[in-house]
Amino acid sequence: MNKTIKGKAFVVGNDIDTDQIIPAEHLVYSLDDPEERRFYGRYSLSGVPEKESGLPHGGIPFTAPDKFRSEFKVIIGGKNFGCGSSREHAPFSIQEAGAEAVVATGYARIFYRNAVDGGFIIPYESHDDLVENISTGDEVEIDGELNIIKNLTTGKSYPLKKLGDVIEIVEAGGIFKYAAKHGMI
Amino acid sequence: MSMTLTEKILAKASGRTHVDAGETVWVNVDILMTHDVCGPPTIGIFKREFGEDARVWDKNKVVIIPDHYIFTNDKYANRNIDILRAFAADQDLPHYYDVGTERYKGVCHVAMPEEGFTRPGDVLFGTDSHTCTAGAFGQFATGIGNTDAGFILGTGKLWVKVPETMKFIFEGEIPPYIMAKDLILQIIGDIGVDGATYRAMEFAGDGVMRMDMEGRMTLTNMVIEGGGKNGVIEPDEVTFDYVRQRTDYDFTPLYNDPNPKYHSVRRYKSADLQPMVAKPHSPDNKATVTEVRGTRLTRAYIGSCTGGKITDFEAAAKIIKGHQVGVETYVVPATTLVREQLKTTYFDGETLWNIFEQAGAHMGEASCAACLGGPSDTFGRLQSEEICISTTNRNFPGRMGSKKAQVYLASPYTVAASAITGKITDPREYLPVEQDISAGGTP
Repeated sequence: MNKTIKGKAFVVGNDIDTDQIIPAEHLVYSLDDPEERRFYGRYSLSGVPEKESGLPHGGIPFTAPDKFRSEFKVIIGGKNFGCGSSREHAPFSIQEAGAEAVVATGYARIFYRNAVDGGFIIPYESHDDLVENISTGDEVEIDGELNIIKNLTTGKSYPLKKLGDVIEIVEAGGIFKYAAKHGMI
Repeated sequence: MSMTLTEKILAKASGRTHVDAGETVWVNVDILMTHDVCGPPTIGIFKREFGEDARVWDKNKVVIIPDHYIFTNDKYANRNIDILRAFAADQDLPHYYDVGTERYKGVCHVAMPEEGFTRPGDVLFGTDSHTCTAGAFGQFATGIGNTDAGFILGTGKLWVKVPETMKFIFEGEIPPYIMAKDLILQIIGDIGVDGATYRAMEFAGDGVMRMDMEGRMTLTNMVIEGGGKNGVIEPDEVTFDYVRQRTDYDFTPLYNDPNPKYHSVRRYKSADLQPMVAKPHSPDNKATVTEVRGTRLTRAYIGSCTGGKITDFEAAAKIIKGHQVGVETYVVPATTLVREQLKTTYFDGETLWNIFEQAGAHMGEASCAACLGGPSDTFGRLQSEEICISTTNRNFPGRMGSKKAQVYLASPYTVAASAITGKITDPREYLPVEQDISAGGTP
C-alpha cells in the first residue's frame, strides 16, 4: 500500500459504536447532495460522550462547532471500533469530515467491511493499544508501505498489521473499482 | 471433512462442494433486504455504478421494508420514504411495503419471517445489523452496508469470508421465569461485545430447541451485540411449520455435518440461569437482576425487533395485568400484525391491548421507534437524563436518543415487573401461576 497519511490525531477509547460515530437522528441527510452530505462531516463522532472525546483529557469535538470539516486526519481507537449498526454513514461521515484513516486494535466486522468496500477510509490495525501512546493533537504519519505509524510529536514509531485479504480492494479504492478491474462488472 | 451449518450454506451458495472457515468466497444472494435509512443511499450507489436506467438483478429477490423513521415530521426522513416508493414503482418491485397503505408492516426483522422470506438453507443480506435475526430459521443472514447492497442490487453476488462457528448449548428445560433475552444477555456478558467478531454463533441444546420461533429469534437477533457475523439454529419441525404456513417457496434445509470443527463450544445448564440485565452503557455489562434490584428508573420500554414480538407482549401482559405502571411505560409493537394481535390475544379474559392501556402504558404504532433514538419527535425517545429499562438490544451512549440517558436491557418479564414498581424488579415477584394464553380465542 503505497500511501502516506500525515496529520493530527484524534484519540478515542474502546468500543466506539456507530451511534457515537454518527447518531441515528442524523441518518436522514442525502449522501449524494453536495450541500447536505456536509452535515455528516459536521456530526461525525458527535455521539462520543464529552469526557471521552479527544483523549487523554477529553472535551475536544472531532469537528469543531459549526464546522463541516475536522482538523484531524487520523483517528486512534482501542478495541472493537465501529461496533453496533451496519450504517455505512459511519465511515462515510469520517471521510466527509476529512480524515483518511483509523488506527485501532480491532474493528467490528461490518464497519471494517464498509470502510474498505466503500473506499472511505483505511482501517489499520495496530499491535499495541496506541490510545496510551498518542494524544489528541499529536502530529502522526502513517507509512502504508512499511506499515508503521510515527508519532512525530514524541518521535516514537509503532507497527501496524498488514491489510491482508482486503488490500487489493483498498488499493483499488473500493469494491466497485476492484470488481471492474477484475472484469466482474 | 465435516462442515458446520454456516459453512454448508456458504458452500451451496458459492457453488462449491466444500468450504473452510477463513476462505473468501463469492456467494449468490437469495434475498436482499433494505429499509428507509439505508435504502436511499443504496439506490444512489446502484444508480451511480450501474446507470440511471439499470434494472435490479432479480426483482423477486429484493425486499424493501420501511420501518425506522415513519411517524415523524422530519422532512428528510419523509423524503427517504418517497425515494423508496419511486424506486419500487420504477423497478416494479413486488416486495415493497409502503408507508400509509395496508401493506405497511413495521420492523423489517419481524416482518421478514411474517412474509416468508426467512428460509432454511438460503442466503439473506440486509442493510441492517440485526438482519442476523433470520439465522433462527437456519438461514445464513447478516448485515451489510450500502455499498455492498448496491453491488448486490446490480449483480446478485457478494464476497464473504467463511466464519468459524462458536457453539452455545443450553442443556435442560428453561425455567418459567427465564426468557430467551436472559440467555443471550448472559452469553454476551460472558464473551464481551467483541467476543464473536468475524464468527458465527450457533445456539443448540434442548433448552433452545424447545423454544418457539420468536424465542429463537431473540437469541439470533443479538449475535451482533457479541460482534458475531451471523447467528444460526439448526432448523426442525418448529421451523418448517412456521415457514410453510407463510410461503410456498421450495427451500432446502441444511444441517451441521457430524462432528464439524468448531471455534469453541460452551455449555450452560438451563436450570442455573438467572434473570439478567445489561447495565449502561454496553450490552456486555451484565448483572443478575438480583444484583441491581431496586435501581431507580424513570421509564420502561417494550418494543423493537428483539423485544416487540407478540410473545414478548404476552409475557409482559402476564405480569402487568391488574397493576398500574409506576413509571412512563411505552409499548411499541414491532409490526402492524403484532399490533393487531395485541387486540385479539387474551390473557385471563382481557386483550393484551386493554391490559397495557388499563395499566397506564402509552401505546405506539408499529416501527423501530425509540430503540435507536431517531428524529426528535420519535415516540418514546429519551430526551434527557432518563433511566430506562428496555426490551431492546443496545444501550450504548445515546442509543435511545440522549447521551445523558441510561439504559438497562432486560427481558419482557423483567421490564414489566420493573415498570410496575419503578425500580429494577425480579419478575419472580409478580409471575402468576402458569395459565394458558390463546391467540384469537374468546375470553
